[in-house]
Amino acid sequence: MSEPTGVIHDIGYQRYTGPRLGRRHVFGALYLHGLRTVFGLGRTAKAKIFPWLVVGIVTLVAAGITAVRSQIGEVVMTYAQFADSMSWLVIFFVAVAAPELVSRDLRSGVLPLYFSRPLPRDDYPLAKLLALVSAIWLLLGGPQLVMFLGAAFTTDKGMSGVWDELLDLLPGLLYAGLWAAVFASIGLLVASLTGKRAFAAGGIVAVFLMTTPIVGTLSILPSRTINELAFLASPSTLVGGVGTWALGDLLVPEGRGGGVPIGDFGPVYGVAAVLLVAACVALLLLRYRKVAAR
Amino acid sequence: MTLIATESLTKTYGGRVTALADLTVSVEPGIIGLVGANGAGKSTLIKILLGLLPPTSGRVSVLGLDPTTAPAAVRARVGYMPEHDALPPDLSAAELVTHLGRISGLPRTVARERASEALRHVGLYEERYRPVGGYSTGMKQRVKLAQALVHDPDLLLLDEPTNGLDPAGRDAMLALIQRIGTEFGISVLVCSHLLGEVERICDTLVAIDGGRLLRADRIAAMTSATDVLAVEVSEGTDDLAARLAALDLPVAREGRLLLVPLADDATYDLILGAVAELDLPLHRLDQRRHRVAELFATREPSHV
Repeated sequence: MSEPTGVIHDIGYQRYTGPRLGRRHVFGALYLHGLRTVFGLGRTAKAKIFPWLVVGIVTLVAAGITAVRSQIGEVVMTYAQFADSMSWLVIFFVAVAAPELVSRDLRSGVLPLYFSRPLPRDDYPLAKLLALVSAIWLLLGGPQLVMFLGAAFTTDKGMSGVWDELLDLLPGLLYAGLWAAVFASIGLLVASLTGKRAFAAGGIVAVFLMTTPIVGTLSILPSRTINELAFLASPSTLVGGVGTWALGDLLVPEGRGGGVPIGDFGPVYGVAAVLLVAACVALLLLRYRKVAAR
Repeated sequence: MTLIATESLTKTYGGRVTALADLTVSVEPGIIGLVGANGAGKSTLIKILLGLLPPTSGRVSVLGLDPTTAPAAVRARVGYMPEHDALPPDLSAAELVTHLGRISGLPRTVARERASEALRHVGLYEERYRPVGGYSTGMKQRVKLAQALVHDPDLLLLDEPTNGLDPAGRDAMLALIQRIGTEFGISVLVCSHLLGEVERICDTLVAIDGGRLLRADRIAAMTSATDVLAVEVSEGTDDLAARLAALDLPVAREGRLLLVPLADDATYDLILGAVAELDLPLHRLDQRRHRVAELFATREPSHV
């Protein structure tokens, strides 16, 4: 006999027999959660203010550049230059986002809840790192896309003009990826050392800003080799150096000056950037090995 | 099936501090109480069971799996409730438990459904949409229990689940754990430094001290002695004792209390009759189980 309908039963506890997803899905869930956290989605209104302020500023700058270019027909800033000139903003963005991603978890003690689940130990920091890299890349790449669209619609050379523009955009996006990788790996490593968000933010800003005077000092020493290697000392100038070497005139249009005078040491900058990111990731994983066992 | 088995399990930190020493124990499914003083090695044992810490030597198996070689497989079937505060204050309970359900491998919609179910089972309803930061300690403990339950584990590891709760909160938490162990069909390992608390809900008791096993047994075997009645009268305790002894009841004195073994309901009548006849002011008459604590009472001072 069937139960009468329209009656609410306490169905009691139900065992779950459905599918349990594998590592890839779990990593994806953690990554997406991290990406949403960076932009304050699914959080309080207060957490949304800063990230969206930064997004607003970079988009506005890109829109302004596009407008000027379409009016006077002169390239104010290349795609790569845009990434360079936004670096200060990116530093502050990282200083807010990285502690939000990892410091708050350290402080609230939620990590045992992650590490007692079938989540491999290294997946937690890697998912967070990937989320931060993606966020910074979107932050720099989005406005570049705005600039591209503006240029593509106002070009007077037809499809070949659009194609040229696209060939300019792609290295620009790659360069934004380099910025994202370097800044995210350093920022997340610093933030993972403390559970206090204010300390973490201060530490990140310090790493990026305090190293700049070292570059300044080294670059006025009376030795050309030291001068040309000086830019290795700070993450921002290091990225600039790699850009100058790898992108050449895409970053610094001929006859416009600027760029980073690295002489013939371009490959050194490239290797240094790779080593820096690798070292930061290795230290980050090491750090979470220790944290997970607590 | 054996739920948890350890064999000569030893864990030393840095070669000096010994957290577990040659622990060999094997327990069957059910509600297991793991008791011991602070620093007895309870949390270390739980971390080894979860595969978060490698043992220095010895063997361990959980649900037939080895957490040292297959930690992910063990953790997929185990839920863990840590002792300390573990909740980010600005997330709501619903969001947090859903998210952690997904980290356990539940698909998105299933995670959301099971999160509300788990929160409902622990007694959180509309509150679950509010940020955890504003919760009382009792509610936070419930959220911690819900997140351990969300992925439908076969074994729950609860580290001091009654920590920081008031007496009513403790009773509610213990009742909830008992329900999970009996109605939900999930085995539970409850860690506590309060023996009197866990003995009420467990069917197996494991007592450790200084990383060594004191005793592990079914609780029924430990409290096989009959129950006793405790009688307290405001005056004339001696008279009553003499009277009860005359009625062939083996009376024992314990301070102001008289303890009488409870044979059947007639024992009540005999005692009440005796008190009425002597016209004594009866203060209390209640049933008392043999406390498991008495079983350890002789051993514990030797470690002080």
